[in-house]
Amino acid sequence: MFRETYILLKEFVRTFGALTIFLIDLLILTPSVLFRRFRLVVDQVYNAGALSLVIIMVCGLFVGGVLALQGYANLTRFGAEDAVGVFAGFALIKELGPVITALLFAGRAGTSLASEIGLMKATDQLSAMEMMAVDPIRRVVMPRFLGGVIAMPLLVAIFSMVGLLGAHLVGVSLLKIDVGAFWQQMQNSLDLRDVTEGILKSIVFGFIASLLAVWEGYNSIPTAEGVSRATTRTVVTTAVAVLITDFMITAAFLRN
Amino acid sequence: MLRRAMNTTNDNIIEVHDLHFSRGARKIFNGLNINIKRGQVTAIMGPSGTGKTTLLRLITRELRPDSGQILVDGVDIATLKKKQLYEMRKRFGMLFQKGALLTDLSVFENVAFPLREHTELSNRLIRHVVLTKLHAVGLRGAADMMPAELSGGMARRVALARAMVTDPDILIYDEPFVGLDPISMGVIVRLVRRMNDALGITSILVSHNVEEISTVSDCSFLISDGTVAASGSPAELHSASSELVRQFMHGMADGPVAFHYAAPNYAEQLLGRDAE
Repeated sequence: MFRETYILLKEFVRTFGALTIFLIDLLILTPSVLFRRFRLVVDQVYNAGALSLVIIMVCGLFVGGVLALQGYANLTRFGAEDAVGVFAGFALIKELGPVITALLFAGRAGTSLASEIGLMKATDQLSAMEMMAVDPIRRVVMPRFLGGVIAMPLLVAIFSMVGLLGAHLVGVSLLKIDVGAFWQQMQNSLDLRDVTEGILKSIVFGFIASLLAVWEGYNSIPTAEGVSRATTRTVVTTAVAVLITDFMITAAFLRN
Repeated sequence: MLRRAMNTTNDNIIEVHDLHFSRGARKIFNGLNINIKRGQVTAIMGPSGTGKTTLLRLITRELRPDSGQILVDGVDIATLKKKQLYEMRKRFGMLFQKGALLTDLSVFENVAFPLREHTELSNRLIRHVVLTKLHAVGLRGAADMMPAELSGGMARRVALARAMVTDPDILIYDEPFVGLDPISMGVIVRLVRRMNDALGITSILVSHNVEEISTVSDCSFLISDGTVAASGSPAELHSASSELVRQFMHGMADGPVAFHYAAPNYAEQLLGRDAE
């Protein structure tokens, strides 16, 4: 029992260490890749970002709508239905926007990154690049990593915006909350610190989701089973990492 | 290393000295020595699983040996830093077993890939070079196709065009004849020989197609049990008296290379306790 825990712990530390070194390597390469392979990065922003837009917007709309419904149902009990806007605003901008976008991103873009890189490895494409004296980290991994890092905050912003729109549609148009109260109260309560928290989370989650996706793909076992496992692990580890980090950032931002 | 470099006769472009390599507990090379002569077509043969592809990966330093030396033009490749290694690899062209074309690029862009990565050539010049190479393998008409649309033989030919687009000094072919129809096979065999002679390059072929190798190679090495079991011209190997060489060259099922992988006693395994 003790021995197994020790082995597990050792393996965790080893993987975490390797992942950290991998991240540092990627960060060191960032300026040169941004400068020399800008076009490839733009392509990947399109792949990870633009192609995720529909799912992000649809989910945002419904999450916002649900928040308004739940908020209304509970806040009316205290005669505070005007606060639905504040409730939805806080929830979306600080928490649900970044977290749900990160989870959706892991499912839509993360899996595709991991399986794409994994399959390139399995079909010798990465070896072929190595043999042509082209560094696959620069050519394949970096643009995908940066594409995800750039796309995530934008997706979070869009998710939150559409979410607020959803809350407005349900709260104001359907449940007849006063439109002035809805937006005015939100504007008064939410300050820059709250928005900063949301933005910081979106940036951190962008790094986590993109890093884990390219890491899993690049280190996958080059077989059908290995790639499928890497894809699954991408979603699972991203979800766990995002939720843990979310807790830590939220705790750090708490007002005294 | 310097002394070694000076001692190297200029005839050998690649020298492998006393190479040892294991995968886990399995020993793959056990003191392997091979010299590959400049300007020749050298074949590396051996039964499946003897580590032929592994040897290629060692020569190009995708893998590192446990001990021993691999010299390319007298330079020990183990000592190269990443940048120098990439410079050295620019002298190599490699044809992978399954082609390994980049699936997100068209045939044209696949062949253009090394040029776009390593040169500042104008688009017009790149187009010219790429079409010339595609023409040489007979696939100029497939320039706009995607790799997924190609048959196995066509993909291999595109990969060959890509391998030679930078005019390398050394062309390495990993099992170029596997899974090809007789026509594609003939085309590739002729291309290998013709390119080697016309461009003055060195070719290294890994294969177990004895007949094709015999028609194309100048010198062959037969690898077995981690060392060179026999070497020489195709004719020399054909007339060799060693049982192993005869078994391999004439495709006999049993001999020094057992047909069966090491296993417990057949009757015991079928009828023993485990069977229930």
